Amino acid sequence: MSGQQAELPDLWQGLAAIVRRDLLLAWRRPGDVLNPLFFFAMVSTLFPLATGPSQEQLQLNGPGVLWVAALLAALLSLNSLFLSDYEDGSLDQLMLSAQPLPLLAFGKSFSHWLVGGLPLVLVSPLLALTFQLPARTVGVMMLTLTFGTISLSLLGSIGAALTVGLNRGTALLSLLILPLAMPVLIFGARTVALAATDDAVAAGVYFLAAYCMLALALAPFATAAALKISNE
Amino acid sequence: MDIMAMGEYGAYVWSSFTLTLIVLIVCTLQAKHRHEKTVKNLRTRLRAMESEE
Amino acid sequence: MWTYFHKLASPPHFYALSAKLIPWLAALGVILVAYGTFAGLFLAPPDYQQGDAFRIIYVHVPAAYLSMMAYMIMAVSAGIGLIWRMKLAHAVAAGAAPLGAWFTFLALITGSIWGRPMWGTWWEWGDPRLTSELIMLFLYFGYMALRSAIDDTARADRASAVLALVGAVNVPIIHFSVEWWSSLHQGATLVRADGPAIQSAMLYPLLAMIFGFTFLFGALLLQRVRTEVLYRERRARWVRSLLLPAEGSA
Repeated sequence: MSGQQAELPDLWQGLAAIVRRDLLLAWRRPGDVLNPLFFFAMVSTLFPLATGPSQEQLQLNGPGVLWVAALLAALLSLNSLFLSDYEDGSLDQLMLSAQPLPLLAFGKSFSHWLVGGLPLVLVSPLLALTFQLPARTVGVMMLTLTFGTISLSLLGSIGAALTVGLNRGTALLSLLILPLAMPVLIFGARTVALAATDDAVAAGVYFLAAYCMLALALAPFATAAALKISNE
Repeated sequence: MDIMAMGEYGAYVWSSFTLTLIVLIVCTLQAKHRHEKTVKNLRTRLRAMESEE
Repeated sequence: MWTYFHKLASPPHFYALSAKLIPWLAALGVILVAYGTFAGLFLAPPDYQQGDAFRIIYVHVPAAYLSMMAYMIMAVSAGIGLIWRMKLAHAVAAGAAPLGAWFTFLALITGSIWGRPMWGTWWEWGDPRLTSELIMLFLYFGYMALRSAIDDTARADRASAVLALVGAVNVPIIHFSVEWWSSLHQGATLVRADGPAIQSAMLYPLLAMIFGFTFLFGALLLQRVRTEVLYRERRARWVRSLLLPAEGSA
């Protein structure tokens, strides 16, 4: 066929393989997608229930509450990012593969976003309705949530890799990731609030995009390093 | 007494300084205590290992 | 010269050297802090705007400055330990973390106490530095929690090193984002102890306190690192002969 040397699969194939595998696993376990979504919806409901149905208050707090709920929902699904692979040994296999580990780490983060982040973005307009947010904010909200959830998936993968297999890993993961996620939360929620009052949103959106780029560039390497450390 | 009063801010200023002093003392004692405890534990362990040989 | 550094990185040499350094650092620190406290409380004139309340600066600023320096030390030594696999560097990171957390806590409390007469509230979310300090305290807690959750020392060292480095990248981002966030909130007044310009009578005690605190921090850090090194090297022969000098070698 081709020469004597076996061809190594190219990077795109490796990436596609790992994303396809994770999506297939998620397809077989719909709970992986649905649980964070329900959590998102429920937490968003908790606040109005707790603080009262006053329309003004809802509109004021809406962006913040939705963002916090999205953050927590994304965190919820992070813990199991590497857990099942660790438990059945496929993590070891992944680490031995010829593909560069940062690429595979990025693949895991990307599929986590597809399963645990993108659905949140898509569902957010419905929840925005319940908070009586004006229509013009919905676009900004979806945009900021997109950048935000991507950043969270990338950042969260680092935490998940550091804590894989540890006791009480979930609480620890949240403790590690939440301080790091605060800039994303601040810019995300406040930008949506600015949109609600018709103020300029460019600064916030640019920041979120920049942070997302930074995470895309650096997080896979940190995740790969963390995976190696956790699996020696 | 005027010095103690610190304008009308006496409580704030003195509580800050006292708290700082306390934290510094606690840090010092903590560091010393840890060291002594470690030395003691290691000594006991080493002696036990020696006597086993 | 490099041999000197190599020697320094060797645990028994570090252990011996730090024993000599600690008393000097502690003494210098105590003297400077004593002078700074006395001069700050009694010699410096009251502030134009804040009266005597500004004197809290003499403990708040050193604490805040050290909380950030400790994080830098922690992140840099963790990075050195991770990249060059220096055991001593990991011990320094481990020792710096609790100290950094204490100073962050102190900065927060003194900042809050200072805020009460200035802003009227015990906590002002609009002050970006206070909020950033709070987030930094969470970063410290996360670091220490990760360390204690992992039993194997080597894995704990390296995992927490990755965390410290990721955190270090985020610290300027956190500061920037909190500043932007609080600038949206109109009317947040930042506490400034200097009016037009800080006079030397106010400045010298502050410098003394900053240096004094730094020396004390250095002494405390060296002490903690000594303990760490002793424990980590517990199976080495030099530890044995140090702790059990009288008994003959096996």
